[in-house]
Amino acid sequence: MTRTGEPAGADAGAIEISGLHKSFGANEVLRGIDFRVDAGEVVCVIGPSGSGKSTLLRCVNLLEEPSAGTVRVAGAEVTDPDVDIDAVRRRIGMVFQSFNLFPHLTALGNVAVAQRKVLRRGKRDAERIARENLERVGLADKVGAYPAQLSGGQQQRVAIARALAMGPEVMLFDEPTSALDPELVGDVLGVMRGLAEAGMTMLVVTHEMSFAREVADRVAFMDGGVIVEQGEAARMVTDPDHERTREFLSRVLDPAAARVQGGER
Amino acid sequence: MTVEPVDAAASRGPARGLFAGMPRRRRRRLSLGAQYTLFAAAVVVVALLADWPTLRENFAKQEVAEQLFPDIITVGLRNTAVYTAVGFGLGLAGGLVVALMRLSTAAPYRWLATAYIEVFRGLPLLLIFIFVAVGVPLAFPGTEIPGGAVGQAGLALGLAATAYIAETIRAGIEAVPRGQVEAARSLGMSQGRAMWTIILPQAFRIVIPPLTNQVVLLCKDSSLVLFLGITLEQRELTKFGRDLAGQKGNTTPIIVAGICYLIITIPLSLLARRLEARQRRGQR
Repeated sequence: MTRTGEPAGADAGAIEISGLHKSFGANEVLRGIDFRVDAGEVVCVIGPSGSGKSTLLRCVNLLEEPSAGTVRVAGAEVTDPDVDIDAVRRRIGMVFQSFNLFPHLTALGNVAVAQRKVLRRGKRDAERIARENLERVGLADKVGAYPAQLSGGQQQRVAIARALAMGPEVMLFDEPTSALDPELVGDVLGVMRGLAEAGMTMLVVTHEMSFAREVADRVAFMDGGVIVEQGEAARMVTDPDHERTREFLSRVLDPAAARVQGGER
Repeated sequence: MTVEPVDAAASRGPARGLFAGMPRRRRRRLSLGAQYTLFAAAVVVVALLADWPTLRENFAKQEVAEQLFPDIITVGLRNTAVYTAVGFGLGLAGGLVVALMRLSTAAPYRWLATAYIEVFRGLPLLLIFIFVAVGVPLAFPGTEIPGGAVGQAGLALGLAATAYIAETIRAGIEAVPRGQVEAARSLGMSQGRAMWTIILPQAFRIVIPPLTNQVVLLCKDSSLVLFLGITLEQRELTKFGRDLAGQKGNTTPIIVAGICYLIITIPLSLLARRLEARQRRGQR
């Protein structure tokens, strides 16, 4: 584990990515990413669709296998062929755009199942921890509900509780509010804000610029498979260096204006 | 339904032949009336021409029917149910294994599973029965298939059912959205754990209606036990009905055996249809 020569954890970030490439066939989606998230840091990744944001996130817990490069999470090298990936994934929570709750289990079951089958917690412990986490996301009264009986916002909060119950060191969010009706976005962002304030290390792919500006420590802008620029959140959202970033932000922050502009061109 | 044009000329336009020149609604009513009339006429003709006493004597003779009971239930129906249950049990276990092999990342397992499915779906079930009853004892003298007639019938039915159920279960597994595996894996579950705890419970829910239909098919196919050479106590409905029809020189036992099948199969078919309808309405 100490093949770089430094003791793991001393100067190691929570997530360290270097020279990451990912191709799907002839399509190169990630073209060399060097990136780092420190423990306790909240980093938002923004960028146009198809820029590789989600792929980057999915490479961190190896849902996608990188074509080249290394990814280290909390000192463990995810890309090491000999790594016990199941053990590493236990320390990385992931929240999906489409929630992916288990439809055959209740909210409580969703949050308890991996604790029991993966962490081997007893039924009582797992359910107690599940209840605590459901309460933490504001769903103490939905313990017995099946996913189909919950709104999108509630489902996503159960999904967050499910990831938290594993006690992760890092949380990954893949466009967690993109599939939600606008009026439900606030609840989910509220839970994420609470997590950030509690000191969780978070890597968030999002289109919510106000969340990025107010909650993130740092924002990275991706386009065409590379990180074009990154920096302190407020500055990145209001006054980025690169023209591409500025253009993207103007389209995201004021879609109507962008449409008019686009029409004129 | 779109609103029909009020303009009479327009609605008359495309009509040809008998109903030409009539408004559309009137035409439809006339056509329906003609169909009912034809049906009623057919019923009357059959009722008048049929030789009811002879039919009754041959197909529904009460004295013969009474002699069938209780054996047709306690032996015939019971054995049909036992053969079906054993065949389905073996088919379900085998089908699950073959389906998982079919989806395996290791190519030889996939080939083996595909070959099994193609072979056993391509053979007449009767041939499989004969193979089990005649072929196996010939090939391996002295070997006995455990369980006697139940074992033989269950094995023959199970061998065939395995192929069909494997395909059903595979379709069910593939119908579970990809995100389910990803969510399970991202929580640290292994491939096998995710399959067992997350995917299969959902897949089985999806395939319950087709599996119910499979039970109906097996129930009917168990009649092939007829060809196994079995004792009186091992007779199922078809053999029972046939034997007694021969003994009594009357068709009634076959009719009663048929009714016994329907007592099992119709409720199961209705159940399968209900489950399907509920699933279509259901979540996701």
